[in-house]
Amino acid sequence: MTDAMNVDSLYQEIILDHYKRPHGAGLREPFEAEVHHVNPSCGDEITLRVHLDGNTVSDVSYAAQGCSISQASTSVLNDLIVGKNVEEGMAILDEFNTLMHGKGKIEPDEEILEDGIAFAGVAQFPGRIKCALLGWMAWKDAVSQALVTTSSTTGDPK
Amino acid sequence: MTIVEGTQTYDVARIREDFPILGRRLAGDFPLVYLDSANTSQKPVQVIDAIDDHYRQHNANVARAMHQLGAEASAAFELGRDKVAAFIGAPSRDEVVFAKNASEALNLVARTLGDSGRIGQDHEIVITEMEHHSNIVPWQQLSQRTGATLRWFGVTDEGRLDLDDIDTLITEQTAVVSVAWVSNMLGTINPLDAIIAKAHSVGALVVVDASQAVPQLPVDVAALGADFVAFTGHKMVGPTGIGVLWGRYDLLAELPPFLGGGEMIETVTMAQSTYAPPPARFEAGTPPIAQSVGLGAAVDYLSAIGMDNVAAHEQAITAYALGALQEIDGLTIVGPKEAVDRGGAISFTLGDIHPHDVSQLLDSRGVAVRAGHHCAKPAHQRFGVQSTTRASFYLYTTTEEIDGLVEALHHTKKYFGG
Repeated sequence: MTDAMNVDSLYQEIILDHYKRPHGAGLREPFEAEVHHVNPSCGDEITLRVHLDGNTVSDVSYAAQGCSISQASTSVLNDLIVGKNVEEGMAILDEFNTLMHGKGKIEPDEEILEDGIAFAGVAQFPGRIKCALLGWMAWKDAVSQALVTTSSTTGDPK
Repeated sequence: MTIVEGTQTYDVARIREDFPILGRRLAGDFPLVYLDSANTSQKPVQVIDAIDDHYRQHNANVARAMHQLGAEASAAFELGRDKVAAFIGAPSRDEVVFAKNASEALNLVARTLGDSGRIGQDHEIVITEMEHHSNIVPWQQLSQRTGATLRWFGVTDEGRLDLDDIDTLITEQTAVVSVAWVSNMLGTINPLDAIIAKAHSVGALVVVDASQAVPQLPVDVAALGADFVAFTGHKMVGPTGIGVLWGRYDLLAELPPFLGGGEMIETVTMAQSTYAPPPARFEAGTPPIAQSVGLGAAVDYLSAIGMDNVAAHEQAITAYALGALQEIDGLTIVGPKEAVDRGGAISFTLGDIHPHDVSQLLDSRGVAVRAGHHCAKPAHQRFGVQSTTRASFYLYTTTEEIDGLVEALHHTKKYFGG
């Protein structure tokens, strides 16, 4: 138990690096959908925009207030998702989500999650799983809305 | 033995022996430093044993079971009410209504005041910016149901209620004023006398959220002069699942029921019902029986120590903590910084380290605090912060634990490169 609950397994160096220098932070244009998500238990907030170029996620921009875990997780999301198509992005989300709910028993796939594997330790701290998923859930919501927007405007980006 | 300055006869070490959980060691073999008592207090063996004994020896439903155990359980349940009534100086035991928590007690008042027709669209409801969500949301809902206007006292930079505009806030239009006695976030003890006097001078009712007050201050509701006082058992060394609404009997007798169900009726036909007098009118269904037994044991425990002594210890430990915390570079206390008219909850920020991360690091050292908005988002917004870390103390808190908190905060700063 002591090892599993070691706080260093939560605050991996990679996580602290992303927290201090988040990738892709800031809100940018153009975008097809913008969402605002909160973590009601702590008040952490994120505003996240998705820009689709056809079926490709060409930008994920965001402004967030939150803890190191939620900030770093959104930074990693930006690394992993931008440039992928929507289906690939959703598959990465599934992989990350599965890791988060794996109670620390799942070996993460570095091929898919890259820096995201650093979050494996978060799964052992049930109180922090929502932090790690805040940006991801916002992205899922935003991309779903963006797909509706782009399909109704025949894919013509703003 | 730890003797806190100013409370020579107060033996914290002796008191701690009554709380088995305080002897726990956590991951990494760190001893538990429990600084989250404003969230929920720990329980002494006297309370645990009373609940245990009730379930082992006396368990039955109350009021309706005619057998011997039913009589014992009913007597035990009602004895809890007697003890609570005496503890808060209630003129009558029938003024003590049991709810499931303070939130339900406050909702009970807001709902039934609305249903009684006392609140209309020309009326105003006055609360404060430092309330817990449970003393904000029910009044927002009441104003939506009735068309009444919701108004509130602001908070000064120091974290005190801004009473400058009391005469424009509490007016002939005011139907009800609901205010926290002690803020769960800022720690402020509010000047209820002035607010109650003003409210009563315009004919408004006063509801007091005493969730953080009854655990740590001597309370005499008759002397206080409010119309309703709500608090909860689990913050005063009692069990979860029981809250208390004290109300002036004439007002309770005037209010319609809250929830409908068993035991709150006089008689029922298929077409209509008539209702029992208070407090039964507001206690539909099987009540919190073992919880009443436990709460009775809790007030016995607090009374044996003496609430004056509990309050003095709280004051001393809070003063010690305020001093120690303010010596940490980058730590900012949100709320009064001196132990004057102040309860034992201290919320703070630590540089730009997020409170989640602070509390996680403290937890890794066995120090349990709360991080987040503490169900007081408007109070956080007032101070331009999204969340804070909160350390809160109680009758078993020691100066060594405060020292442990300070040490763990230094460790946290170092960990995040502060």
